[in-house]
Amino acid sequence: MSNSSRVKTGPACDSPEAISLVRGALDKFNMDELMNCMHCGFCLPACPTYQQTGLESYSPRGRIALMKGVAQQQLAVDGEFEKNMFACLGCRACETACPAGVPYGSLIETAREVVADHKKETGRPPLVHRLVFKHLFPHPKRIKWLGNALWAAQASGLQKLADKTGLMRILPREMAEMQQAVAKVASPLARSKRAPVLKAEGETRLTIGLFTGCVMDVLFYETNQATARLLSKAGCDVVIIDNQACCGALHAHSGEMDGAIELAKRNIEAFEQAGVDFVVNNAGGCGAALKEYHHWFANDPHWTERAQAFVAKVRDANQLLAELPPLTFSKPLHARVTYQDSCHLAHGQGVRNQPRQLLRSIPGVEMIELKEADSCCGSAGIYNITNFDMSMQILDRKMERVKETQAHFIVTSNPGCLLQMKQGIIRAGLQGQMEAVHIMDLLDRALS
Amino acid sequence: MLDSALRKAFVAIVGDKWFLDTPNELYAYSYDATPLYQSLPDAVIIPGTVDEVSAILKLANQHKIPIITRGSGTNLAGGTIPVHGGMVLNMNRFQQIHEIDTKNLTATIGSGVITADLHQAVEAVGLFYPPDPGSMRISTVGGNLAQCAGGMRGLKYGVTKDYVMGLQYVLPSGEVLRCGGKNVKDVAGYDMTRLLVGSEGTLAVITEITVKLLPLPETKRTLVAYYSNLVDAARTVEEVIAAKIIPATMEFLDQGTMKVVDDFAKLGLPLEMKSMLLIEQDGPEQSVAEDIARIAEIAKQNGAARVEIARTAEEGAKLLAARRAALSALSRLRPTTILEDATVPRSRLAEMVEAIEQIARKYQVHICTFGHAGDGNLHPTCMTDERNHEELQNVEKAFEEIFHTAIRLGGTITGEHGVGMAKMNYLDLKVGQDGMELMKRIKAAFDPNHIMNPGKIFAHSERRRLVVKK
Repeated sequence: MSNSSRVKTGPACDSPEAISLVRGALDKFNMDELMNCMHCGFCLPACPTYQQTGLESYSPRGRIALMKGVAQQQLAVDGEFEKNMFACLGCRACETACPAGVPYGSLIETAREVVADHKKETGRPPLVHRLVFKHLFPHPKRIKWLGNALWAAQASGLQKLADKTGLMRILPREMAEMQQAVAKVASPLARSKRAPVLKAEGETRLTIGLFTGCVMDVLFYETNQATARLLSKAGCDVVIIDNQACCGALHAHSGEMDGAIELAKRNIEAFEQAGVDFVVNNAGGCGAALKEYHHWFANDPHWTERAQAFVAKVRDANQLLAELPPLTFSKPLHARVTYQDSCHLAHGQGVRNQPRQLLRSIPGVEMIELKEADSCCGSAGIYNITNFDMSMQILDRKMERVKETQAHFIVTSNPGCLLQMKQGIIRAGLQGQMEAVHIMDLLDRALS
Repeated sequence: MLDSALRKAFVAIVGDKWFLDTPNELYAYSYDATPLYQSLPDAVIIPGTVDEVSAILKLANQHKIPIITRGSGTNLAGGTIPVHGGMVLNMNRFQQIHEIDTKNLTATIGSGVITADLHQAVEAVGLFYPPDPGSMRISTVGGNLAQCAGGMRGLKYGVTKDYVMGLQYVLPSGEVLRCGGKNVKDVAGYDMTRLLVGSEGTLAVITEITVKLLPLPETKRTLVAYYSNLVDAARTVEEVIAAKIIPATMEFLDQGTMKVVDDFAKLGLPLEMKSMLLIEQDGPEQSVAEDIARIAEIAKQNGAARVEIARTAEEGAKLLAARRAALSALSRLRPTTILEDATVPRSRLAEMVEAIEQIARKYQVHICTFGHAGDGNLHPTCMTDERNHEELQNVEKAFEEIFHTAIRLGGTITGEHGVGMAKMNYLDLKVGQDGMELMKRIKAAFDPNHIMNPGKIFAHSERRRLVVKK
């Protein structure tokens, strides 16, 4: 045994056991950023998966250590490493907790990219990935088609039939539980009739481009419309451009950086042409990604500048509404309201006070602070499909807190969280007592 | 790796779910919060009952497998590094608060209870558990005991050892024993409770803890004083105590630390200042107000450029939380952050602060200093890069000189982090060769096979040496 105390020691750390290292993995990881984690453990209490399991490998500190292990060729990029990297919600609560300022969000994205690259070298990625990331999200028309299909199923009562006949029972339980929570989808006719510009009420202060999002615009079309109405009421000309694309967040979180970058380019170009003052979104997850475009192009000087200009214009709807003159609400809402932070809005963008401030401004609202409001609900993009059991454990814990508030409305700022909270209400047996609602919809209800 | 029969036997004790030995799992328990140390265990085992702990220890003892007891892995002395391999015994399932006894003012808890959870539980019934180490939001009380953790309230309230009244513990042989209890007075035999507190997992595994509680102080208030040099801050500390005021907390931060803390917590500190004191007093409303006013006066008399009193309790809490994050925040500056906790009697504080500055200059290393000024417990922290071996050697030399200086001023090599691996080469400076020998004999009485956290506290060679070799 070595006598020196300040060196790496230990029997097995340096053993050259069968390590299959991904080519370029070392280059992809930013060693300086990995080393900035001084493993103090301050992130552990903030991490929902650590709280759930008590296991170090389910903590941010643990995951960063594993990344270091891979980068230093002490660990293999194998199934276990993949499982651990994808067991992370990506909620980034650890970034808020981290005194050392470690950019965990980008580290986990790199780790997943390393996993994805490795899989591409060794074989085909899983079917769901290909289906969703290559053939669905990049194609707005296909998402709209899917929306139409969903609408048709709901409108025709097929869904009820599926429930009754037990068709749902042979679908994977993930899908079965999820579909109960899916919102009522807007009809294709309503969506095709949307006006491209909604003029400001009164004097025009700003011209904004509404980022409609891919899932958002299908499942929560009405929320987009409500957002447009609110912004117009607050003095904005709201432009809805047709050639915008999915933000690319889900691609980036899953290690599909090439796809993410492609989508980012399309959005940057589209909004450059539109010539708007701000690009406004109402989905915390999308917003955080839009605000990170310049990091995605870090190695591409040609695009960096354009990405920076785009990022400078991105605002969450809560953020912008809180800066504009206060809205006047004509319909008081006599209800207890609580707010569940969107992780990527709170931890990713630092927007915490604005939504609370907006909710308090609705006449009649009694705002109750939810305990652990900025702890993830377990939705986390497609996590509730890929890691269903963990997601539901985290959701059930969340719902205990939600129940304590005795609120009539649980308000969120992101479509994924909204779906998850709807599902949570069903799981907690709170139907009829509590409603999950997007903040823009609730504000809109009090408007007219 | 454990052989398969032995592995099976351990799995049989705790069940599949609580025995970990895949490559990622082992890697995730190869470190704690101490920089530069890493070593893989052969397995990680997470028992749920005292009987399981007993069975594990018995088996490990038979086969001479090292046992490294671990809570949340936040210690700063390398105390939970499995440097000889073996089995990490993670105690974080022992998280039950069994009883809060409001008549005897005690709490009895599992050793895996999170320190901040204990705070919350006892404060909910108007009681108070003072020890508050920086990592309290995630550290376990068992881990605090093993290292005898301190915190920011040490000046007025003492440290972990002052609050531990009774224990249930398991010997390597598997025997389950109890010591102490709820009695304020208890002199029945050797004080095993005091011996086990601070024993760093080298004697036994602590499974249950009875701690002393105090009534929760009625109110508290926070004051900040800023200085254009270091010495005036140190002198203020001495003068406040000389005026017979004992504040709950007196924290010192130098300019470098102020900068990083402000960067993290966005407090708007005046960064042109060279140092600051963060002082908190608790107690009855009236006397707190009087003390704070007196302290403000003393600070100004001793050269404070600015004195501010926190307007609300939240503001005060925010300042203290920011101070707790100081060490981690310092790692923003360089990749590797090495901190020590050399401690001197309060009256030598100013000398120590100046000596640290000189030593940093002499070895050309970047040291920031913060710490618990009120109890003389400083945290000189060196920002370096573990990949730069030449610089690391200078860091080692600087720390060695800091330890020698602390001893020369009547202080100690470690105030609250423990010896672990990080300071084992300096232990004889403080306790001497005879002291070391006696400690080793005590260790052998508990743990004749040397399975309990081997490679900690005692260096292999009895001669102290420079720790980084060429």
